[in-house]
Amino acid sequence: MTRKQKRLSVIGGGMGFLALAMLLVFYALGQKASYFYMPGDLAANPVAEGQRIRLGGLVAEGSIKRGAGTEVDFSVTDGTDTVKVVYNGILPDLFRENQGVITEGAFGAGGVFTADSVLAKHDETYMPKEVADSLKEKGVWQE
Amino acid sequence: MVEIGHFALVLAFALALVQAVLPFLGAVTANERLMAVAGPVTVTGFALTALSFAALTHAYVVSDFSVANVWENSHSLKPMIYKVSGVWGNHEGSMLLWVLILTFFGALVAAFGRNLPATLRANVLSVQGLIGAAFFLFILVTSNPFARLVPAPIEGRDLNPVLQDVGLAIHPPLLYLGYVGFSVCFSFAVAALIDGRIDAAWARWVRPWTLAAWVFLTGGIAMGSYWAYYELGWGGFWFWDPVENASFMPWLAGTALLHSAIVMEKRSALKIWTLLLAILTFSLSLLGTFLVRSGVLTSVHAFATDPSRGVFILAILTFFIGGSLALFALRSAALTPGGVFHPISREGALVLNNLFLTTATATVFVGTLYPLFIEAFSGDKISVGAPFFDMTFGALMVPLLVMVPFGPLLAWKRADLYAATQRLFVAFGGALLVVLAVLAVVDGASVAAALGIGLAVWLVLGALTDLALRAGIGSVGPGVALRRLAGLPRSTYGTALAHLGLGLTVLGIVGVTSFQGERIVAMRQGDTAEIAGYSLRFEGMRTVKGPNFTEDQGIFALGTTAGRDLGEIVSAKRIYPARQMPTTEAGIRTFGVSQLYVSLGDVTSDGGIVVRIWWKPMVTLIWFGALVMMAGGGVSLLDRRLRVGAPAARKRRDKVAVAGAVS
Repeated sequence: MTRKQKRLSVIGGGMGFLALAMLLVFYALGQKASYFYMPGDLAANPVAEGQRIRLGGLVAEGSIKRGAGTEVDFSVTDGTDTVKVVYNGILPDLFRENQGVITEGAFGAGGVFTADSVLAKHDETYMPKEVADSLKEKGVWQE
Repeated sequence: MVEIGHFALVLAFALALVQAVLPFLGAVTANERLMAVAGPVTVTGFALTALSFAALTHAYVVSDFSVANVWENSHSLKPMIYKVSGVWGNHEGSMLLWVLILTFFGALVAAFGRNLPATLRANVLSVQGLIGAAFFLFILVTSNPFARLVPAPIEGRDLNPVLQDVGLAIHPPLLYLGYVGFSVCFSFAVAALIDGRIDAAWARWVRPWTLAAWVFLTGGIAMGSYWAYYELGWGGFWFWDPVENASFMPWLAGTALLHSAIVMEKRSALKIWTLLLAILTFSLSLLGTFLVRSGVLTSVHAFATDPSRGVFILAILTFFIGGSLALFALRSAALTPGGVFHPISREGALVLNNLFLTTATATVFVGTLYPLFIEAFSGDKISVGAPFFDMTFGALMVPLLVMVPFGPLLAWKRADLYAATQRLFVAFGGALLVVLAVLAVVDGASVAAALGIGLAVWLVLGALTDLALRAGIGSVGPGVALRRLAGLPRSTYGTALAHLGLGLTVLGIVGVTSFQGERIVAMRQGDTAEIAGYSLRFEGMRTVKGPNFTEDQGIFALGTTAGRDLGEIVSAKRIYPARQMPTTEAGIRTFGVSQLYVSLGDVTSDGGIVVRIWWKPMVTLIWFGALVMMAGGGVSLLDRRLRVGAPAARKRRDKVAVAGAVS
């Protein structure tokens, strides 16, 4: 092989490798990315049982129920629709009623959302961006 | 004092403009006097920025709440260390730290670059000046830390409690030293493109800068990871959060640059590629600054969101990345291509390393920015998290890690893969034994976990094999081997240490993700929970008052399940009244390299408390490995070959000796 052919084969190999990796990346994006929903979106078009999503909204007033065990129930609302959430674990420090929250998990049987993570806010003024945008659209929350 | 700081900042901006324009004109017109302006101007610019930074620090130390920035982020009762570190615990102050480090590196180039070709030096400092000018302008226009408040409030609003930790004193400065350190590589790359000339001497100049920046960035990321681990109370060490990715991308690209610069220095090959990598690495640092500072992403790092800032940084980003890539496209063809090599050779291995690292950078890039794109174009909101990165980044890392031990054993130009494989036989056998041992000894160990541990051991043994072979252990007597070992170049030790550290980090990551134990229990006083052979008895709560917070501490008596007493673990929740904000102070006990991690939750309806307990085997190796990697970089930096000033210094010493002899 001449020098030029060698160079081209190296570049070609590299490009092929990159293309392969990008195929994997976009396949993985299709499989592993989770979409964000507000309770209202779910009322309009429900997602399948077991599909991982992110659910965001405000923690409904008076909805936090903690039993004797480690499981805690609460509802996520956007002012019109409400979704019941079950979570087993420790809630973030700033989890409160009427505060923005994002939970990640899937719907189980019976339409209850089982969250495996509840995202923490970092300070008292912070509202998750997705939640803030959606609530602003609905006019429920203003900055 | 505050006005002096403000004034110094404006002056520094003006000087940065001078630094950007005059040396460049000098280089173009071959005017030595114009080029000579660069040095003094750069050093003065650094001094002014340092003065400005000192003025802001002073305002924090004396709690001068007439400065808006101090009022927003400080409190008179805050401990002194957080008053000082709080200077960069906010947007304005952290940008000031950014330019302080930028001008510091510029001054270092000016001070140590006397033996650089004059035009190269002038151009490098000119590009540094241009970057500085852009960021000075950014600070002055959109994020002035010296803005005053009238009337001055009596008390400040306190620093975000999450940031009130020694982590803030270490993590941002290290990270910025890394980010901004790559600006020097960038400036060298752009200067080389302007010059149209690039050679091995250029690489010898750029490599120490890359190494230094890489060492700092490694430390910054590792420190950030450990900080998040113990402060946030979630027990995780890496979340694939976009903000973390923003620092990880320059690290990956910088690691690639580190390796390609070796090829360029030793073999004069991969010149154009190395240039491109130098540009890309700093571009990713700028992108990181944009992502974190613009408010595009909401996180603890986005101190405030102000659209004008985002647009401004985006403009800076576009100018520097677009400009440098355009220059690259125009001028790179003029550079002479370097030497050829056989695919199976040290160069070939390093090219493969670069291929994997840059592709991995690309996957992280896509995963981080894809949600922003989707939201901008379709309005859908998606999140890309660990499952995505495990599938893509993880898939790329495994083959790369398998290949790492081969690299240093291959010869330059043309190597014998079979011979290298033979030499790694012992390392391979050791790794295989560990895999079998894990499968046999640990209950419920999956094959994947055992292979992961084996891979880490393979990396560690591979690094040691390289040292052993070079010293001739096994083929010569122990005395000779020891002498040879002592005589090995420091860069060889650097490589071995860095690869060994990588192995330790992998061991920690695999260990903790595969074998960690987790229990979530509701405990009442006197209840006992058991995990991994340890037992925790909840002794009750007590309230303690700190300087600017109150703390509810849960006391746990720790023992082994066999009954041995190991003292107590205290896990707490704090309330900072100034911001009415709670934080978690996890209770952590270290056993060897493993940790027991206890974090407190809410009170249950029957008066108990929810407690989350983790057993984290080998977790500290993640950060210890990073420290070893840093040590490797540091040792490599001390290599004679890289000490650019070394020959000159010896000449001077000779002169002194001669002078001494004469007198």
